Amino acid sequence: MATQQTRSLARFMMAPSVVLLFVWMIVPLVITLWFSFQQYNPLNPIRDGFVGFSNYALFYSNPAFLQSILNTLVLVGSVLLITVIGGILLALLIDQPMWGQGIVRILVISPFFVMPPVAALVWKNMIMHPQYGVFADIARFFGAQPIDWFGQHPMMAIIIIVAWQWLPFATLILLTALQSLDGEQKEAAEMDGAGFVSRFIYLTLPHMSRAITVVILIQTIFLLSVYAEILVTTNGGPGYASTNLPFLVYQKALLEFKIGQASAGGVIAVILANIVAFFAMRAVGKNLDK
Amino acid sequence: MARAVTTQHKVIATGAAWIVALLIFFPILYTIITSFKSEQEAIQGFALIPSGTFESYTEVQAQSGYFKFFFNSVLLSVGSTILALIVAVPAAWSMAFSPGKRTKDILMWMLSTKMMPAVAVLFPIYLIFRDTGLLDSRIGLMVMLMLINLPIVIWMLYTYFREIPGEILEAARMDGATLWGEIAYVLTPMAVPGIASTMLLNIILAWNEAFWTIRLTTTEAAPLTAFISSFSSPQGLFWAKLSAASTLAIAPILIMGWFSQKQLVRGLTFGAVK
Repeated sequence: MATQQTRSLARFMMAPSVVLLFVWMIVPLVITLWFSFQQYNPLNPIRDGFVGFSNYALFYSNPAFLQSILNTLVLVGSVLLITVIGGILLALLIDQPMWGQGIVRILVISPFFVMPPVAALVWKNMIMHPQYGVFADIARFFGAQPIDWFGQHPMMAIIIIVAWQWLPFATLILLTALQSLDGEQKEAAEMDGAGFVSRFIYLTLPHMSRAITVVILIQTIFLLSVYAEILVTTNGGPGYASTNLPFLVYQKALLEFKIGQASAGGVIAVILANIVAFFAMRAVGKNLDK
Repeated sequence: MARAVTTQHKVIATGAAWIVALLIFFPILYTIITSFKSEQEAIQGFALIPSGTFESYTEVQAQSGYFKFFFNSVLLSVGSTILALIVAVPAAWSMAFSPGKRTKDILMWMLSTKMMPAVAVLFPIYLIFRDTGLLDSRIGLMVMLMLINLPIVIWMLYTYFREIPGEILEAARMDGATLWGEIAYVLTPMAVPGIASTMLLNIILAWNEAFWTIRLTTTEAAPLTAFISSFSSPQGLFWAKLSAASTLAIAPILIMGWFSQKQLVRGLTFGAVK
């Protein structure tokens, strides 16, 4: 009856978002792609022009490139491992009957709302500082030598900070999933004599699998582009020890003005993200049907 | 017997959970404590009881003009959220109430734009902003934040709208409601909670966005993320001041966050976990 009218109305209502997102996605990407085949230096425009794949070759032959890819993967992998396992354990703990559960939840979720530069600076100066940090105080209390976290173990320090930021997210989502588990099923399993471990493996874990998938996928999107945490702590150093791919691209583009190479790096970052996105979209799409 | 075991179980669970929770919360707690110390006090080793001075707070405002950054953060997060809602509400509405064959594909495509790494388009965006004079402008950044969060806003609204039962619409139509009557008196009241939750989550995300807000601003439009990043190269004693600035930067959003736990789960998992 009103279908023709509502259908065109629906299109009209959808158009602004579709057009905006399309332009926002395509225009900068095309410019990046174009620059990745150009020699372009805003400070020295004499030798500008088309250079084929040499930017990719330069970026690839840069020793920092492989290091940055490796660091990106190590960062994503370690933080995922810590937050998923830690999140499951924490969710199981918080799900137990206890006093003050609401406050516990609030305390645990809090780090997620701390903006990345604050999180990084607080950890850098208040907690991990080799002279004035709390870790140094603890080390001295036990008569040990305080660790220079950002000088000696820069990647580990950044992993700890980022894991601290994302553990609450994983915990909250897994806890939500856990609490939707049917109590009767649990009771039935208990009546049948299933112990805590077998109940966890055969009942709880399968129930949480979808939430775990979602946690992994969403975190991967954000973890692939960690930036502020590195900027305010190690600035990518020492050397390239804690430079990830986003940080390397930023350095090339805005500090060294090697736009061609930075764009080539950007294209590589897009390809990397697309590989991840391919799996992510399939999983989220499946959930949409349910 | 059984009762005794449960009480014991509860005591252990309570103790363990509180210890872990306090450990996780500790960096934030210690920052708040340190913000009430003097600079001398702040470096004198571990101490949980501050002298209770407010000097760091007054100094942060006097030296670096905290309120300007705070104002920018509020303006950018709220402004970008309202912009996003203006664009997203009609889109999510039409996708939820008159879905077509391609609605699902469009939703997936929108989500995929969120996966594009920001660095990949850093330089083009920088160029566009520079050439249009948008660098360090509030409106430019507001549009930027709106675009970044638009997919999440549309998705979240979509999952809320989809739960509004279609039968209510039919009933309203039977009673002779016009299209606008439907929207104004039937759908809007039911959609308000969803829109409010979406707004809350998006303000939090925009407030904490720390790539574009740092790279595209210098002074005029710089929000708290950029302000805090300027503390990364310390000059002299600055622990108490850093703590005061950090506390001020996170307090409003931390409190908002506590009220939005449920919406957070739903929004960030695109409705997959509720």
